[in-house]
Amino acid sequence: MTGAAALAAAGRSGLLRPRRDIVLPAAIFLIFALLPPFASLLAEQYLVDLATRVMIFAVAAVALDLLVGYGGLVSFGHAAFVGLGAYAVGILSAQGIDDALISLPVAIAVAMLFAFVTGIVCLRTKGVYFIMITLAFGQMIYFVATSLAPYGGDNGLTIAARNTVAGLALLKSDRAFYYVTLLCLLATYLFCRALVASRFGRVLRGAKENPARMVTIGFTVRSFQLVAYVIAGGLGGLSGFLLANSTEFVSPAFMSWQRSGELIVMVILGGVSTLDGAIVGAAAYLGAEEWLSRIIENWQVVFGPLLVLVVLFARGGLIGLCSRLWRWFGHA
Amino acid sequence: MTGTLFLVQVLNGLQLGVLLFLIAAGLTLVFGVMNFINLAHGAQYMLGAYFAVAFYGVVGNFLGALVLALLAALAFGLLLEFLVFRHLYDRDHLDQVIATFGIILFLDHAVRAIWGAAPLTLPIPDMFTGSVILIGGQLYPVWRLVIIGCGLAVAAGLYGLVTYTRIGMLVRAGATNARMVSALGINIKRLFMIVFGFGTMLAGFAGIMIAPIISVEPGMGDNILILALVVIVIGGIGSIRGAFVAALLIGLVDTLGRSFSIDILRLMMGPSSARMVGPAIASMLIYVLMAIVLYLRPAGLFPAQGR
Repeated sequence: MTGAAALAAAGRSGLLRPRRDIVLPAAIFLIFALLPPFASLLAEQYLVDLATRVMIFAVAAVALDLLVGYGGLVSFGHAAFVGLGAYAVGILSAQGIDDALISLPVAIAVAMLFAFVTGIVCLRTKGVYFIMITLAFGQMIYFVATSLAPYGGDNGLTIAARNTVAGLALLKSDRAFYYVTLLCLLATYLFCRALVASRFGRVLRGAKENPARMVTIGFTVRSFQLVAYVIAGGLGGLSGFLLANSTEFVSPAFMSWQRSGELIVMVILGGVSTLDGAIVGAAAYLGAEEWLSRIIENWQVVFGPLLVLVVLFARGGLIGLCSRLWRWFGHA
Repeated sequence: MTGTLFLVQVLNGLQLGVLLFLIAAGLTLVFGVMNFINLAHGAQYMLGAYFAVAFYGVVGNFLGALVLALLAALAFGLLLEFLVFRHLYDRDHLDQVIATFGIILFLDHAVRAIWGAAPLTLPIPDMFTGSVILIGGQLYPVWRLVIIGCGLAVAAGLYGLVTYTRIGMLVRAGATNARMVSALGINIKRLFMIVFGFGTMLAGFAGIMIAPIISVEPGMGDNILILALVVIVIGGIGSIRGAFVAALLIGLVDTLGRSFSIDILRLMMGPSSARMVGPAIASMLIYVLMAIVLYLRPAGLFPAQGR
């Protein structure tokens, strides 16, 4: 009797239920891992291309969630980091350097450097001013790219071939590139997960909830935020490296402010402060783009109002919506 | 010859400045009073231009189109406020950014679906089609001078409205402490609606006035929105005076930078590298200016009092 009661109590407290925070990411990555064989079975090759795009943007979106969801830093210029990473690949390739062992570190380093320099200025401001100044720096780098006449300017820059790895054409096949991208996303996700759970992550969250208190306790909040900003920038650069290699083309459009807006949309749509949500949101956004645009040409006419409805009625995004539905059915 | 060219570019800068002011005024008022960041404000500028083109096709004269388009812009702004925005006033800025971004997506592509992606044009009213001769013999289009005049008149009127009338007093009080204004028995929701409608109309007015000299196309509000955001951030969010000063500053810096950057750089480097670097620096100029202003004064040049 007491055993049964203890078991029931354990069930209620969640000890015996599979932990949802492991189930969801496990399911996400399992689906990504199994998708290529299924896609070739169904002869739907576009699914692999779509999923590659989803994973590339998910890398940037997870990094953005680190800032927005855990740091309370709404960066509206995140596409700049993606663009910098992509341009690093493009410009190096135009100079005849097309090995990932060089271009990947350069892509990440350039984005981190830009994040460091702009972060020092941006983090002096708060709230809506932070949104605006990150937006301004994003626009700045966008206009630099449009005036880079030797590297295509407005029209962008075509990359001759995907990067080699130590001289080997490992990324040439779409299937191989897919799994490399998956690996990058997994590494990004696990890294951010660990970061959020660490002491560093707790300081970051504390600074979001109450910066004055964290400063009083003795933390130099701004340097923690700057480190987070630089890390998110570097991951944006990684996303840009993948994007340039996947499309074999870079253009200023990669870093337009609409792109930054889309990245925020992905984070919010999936569910902010979850990291999982950023991946779900990237899949939902790009999936909606893919399928809605087949039904109507101007698919944003449908998607825009949907977004407004999500903000107004589905707090916590798709993940929040699902867990509320889950609870509702579970207790009905 | 450089003197008159300079004068022409100063006038162009002023024209961009007053245009930016018309948009930024509504944006900064809405933010100051309701703490609401409205990215869709640029789309309302676009709608003003489209409404003007549409009504011009119906009534056939500019003045009629202007009045009808203003009314339509106002009605549409109030409709959006009623349907969406008023539910967002007490949300955090992130929610506001996302929801208004959704509205931009909707409006940009709804316009594309209705009027097509091709640019439309609106003729300059006959009265103002010509050019005037400037001091150095250079010609300057009258319509641009009309825009400058209208913008300055609106700025003066707005200043009088905010400083000397009862509604202006309420707006200033609302910007300082909306809850206190509400506690003193003012219907704050109605005040919000009036301010919002007025801001929308100003953005629409800007769109209508500029329509004859640019091509009216989907997404035309997006870039001007970013410039207007830079203006209100430099000026200090919530401050009309700051918006006015910053709008003229941005208009002049941007225009003069674009016209003279190559010439100035040529003093320092070879002509070919000046031609390459010049445009890049010119388009970065206002963002660098914004970064410097925010670095030195994180709340802008004229921070609104009480916030």
